Amino acid sequence: MILSRRTLIAGVAALPVAALAAPDYAILPVPLADGVWMIRGADGPIEPANGGAIANIAIIATPAGTVLIDCGPSVRYARALKAVAEKLTGMPVIRVYLTHLHPDHGLGAAAFDPAIVSALPGTIDALRAAGQGYADAMYRILNDWMRGTDVVLPGKPITTDAELFGGRSLKLLALSGHSGADLAILDERSGLLIGGDLVFHDPAPSTPTADLPRWRASLDRLRTLPHGGLVPGHGPFDAGGTASIAQTRDWLNWLDGALTQAVAEGLDMVEAGELPIPDHFATMTAARYELQRSVSHLYPVIEARLLPRIDMPD
Amino acid sequence: MIARTSLSAALLLSLMVASTDQARAGPPADPLGSPMWTAHARTLFGDDPVRFDRRVKVDFPPIAEDQRVFPVSIDARAVPGVARMILFADLNPIPVAIDYRPERAAAYLATRIKLDQRTPVRGAVQLADGQWLVSGGWIDATGGGCSAPPASRVKGDWAQHLGEIRGEAWPLAGGGNRLRLSFRHPMDTGLVANIPTYHLETLAVKDAAGATLASMEIWASVAEDPAFTILPLAAPGDTLTVEARDTNGRDYRAEVAVAKQSPMPPR
Repeated sequence: MILSRRTLIAGVAALPVAALAAPDYAILPVPLADGVWMIRGADGPIEPANGGAIANIAIIATPAGTVLIDCGPSVRYARALKAVAEKLTGMPVIRVYLTHLHPDHGLGAAAFDPAIVSALPGTIDALRAAGQGYADAMYRILNDWMRGTDVVLPGKPITTDAELFGGRSLKLLALSGHSGADLAILDERSGLLIGGDLVFHDPAPSTPTADLPRWRASLDRLRTLPHGGLVPGHGPFDAGGTASIAQTRDWLNWLDGALTQAVAEGLDMVEAGELPIPDHFATMTAARYELQRSVSHLYPVIEARLLPRIDMPD
Repeated sequence: MIARTSLSAALLLSLMVASTDQARAGPPADPLGSPMWTAHARTLFGDDPVRFDRRVKVDFPPIAEDQRVFPVSIDARAVPGVARMILFADLNPIPVAIDYRPERAAAYLATRIKLDQRTPVRGAVQLADGQWLVSGGWIDATGGGCSAPPASRVKGDWAQHLGEIRGEAWPLAGGGNRLRLSFRHPMDTGLVANIPTYHLETLAVKDAAGATLASMEIWASVAEDPAFTILPLAAPGDTLTVEARDTNGRDYRAEVAVAKQSPMPPR
């Protein structure tokens, strides 16, 4: 048995030395519609300055209680979120949906009773396989922000296409492409669509677990689904509900085409990460950063598809 | 872990003739402040003159998105007379990734390496007169690039794909061509429990007459399914032969014709 990092951190925290003040998350819900609020994630990568709170979170007040869609990167965030949400609605949190497996959206789920935490079966399987690795990476980057956070699997797999909360119905869309299982949620009363990370708005889309054809198919589904405003996984609220979908699709199309052409022209990964980014993406943040990440995620697969076999028989 | 004859011989030679000013003074101060610079410089460069030179362009992304597959290129085409290029990462348990000799090739090498922790990544090129020009930078990385099992070992299909080689060669403006190669190989470091060291260790590219255009020694700090980009001198339509061997003595052979197409624009 080797001391885990968590044990060590907890041990250090318990030492009777001058206690460092724990940094606090600023959780500022912005009303979007009757009984719906959004908490805007910080722009930028996961880093100590933002405590990993880069994902957008939605709060929905229902007659049965408060529903959270995603709950942030850490137990500290999720506890603060719970307090803010319950004060806002006057009702306890009765359901926490995780849109997908990525830690900036759902690692804080450890703050809740697993019985109320719900996710697609594919998300739960993926968390079982990869959750600990994500948690380790988050501890490494965020240190004390993560204290007490551990991987707790959602206890309620989603098996229906809607859930009713005392008359307020949430439509649950089982999609994929940003990851192996992506949940989008339509609040039927307000018409607001919560897209999870299927939809990015201004921050360039990130692709660590992406399947681009499936992602595009999911975006088509969201585009044709009647809805009002859209809460993207990252970036500002999209009041019209279409611009963010179009922008995400535009980026993915360009990325796929540019990397495919780069392989066909014989570029190496370093060069592909330095490809020029078209001017019409100038409003997008972190475009270069996400392009370089995407090269890492996607390039070897495209090479295996496009470069011909040249080995000679033994 | 530097166990190759060429490097050992260089070290031995340096011990026997350690009488120059540099031998007394040691290698020049490291602009990157690496704790391992002096030790690596002594091992790799011996008594040869060493200086830091930005004309050796060591290029890599500012983030190590995947510490098991980190792309790096060394471009020393601005320096005439490069005989040898070494890619190494100071704080990797297997510091040297590739020792490359561009015999009849431009002084350019791109590949992907493993990173075991935050480390300097460097390119060192040796000129015909023996002097070394060095460049590089720090990259931050999570731990374990060298000590995590390869994906194909986890998946269990490495043996089914062993020996698969992909590649293509494109003519370049001004002569020469850009050859890209990728091998299926687990590139086991020996640092993962119950998986002994097993990696590609030599690679040579020859022309149709059998003359060597470029050759390299390869260590297990090169990423799984190793990929290489080099610029050997060959004309459109020429056939290049690729010969490689791994640490189990398995031989690999491939042939690729330089595409008959208009040259790529210079990069």
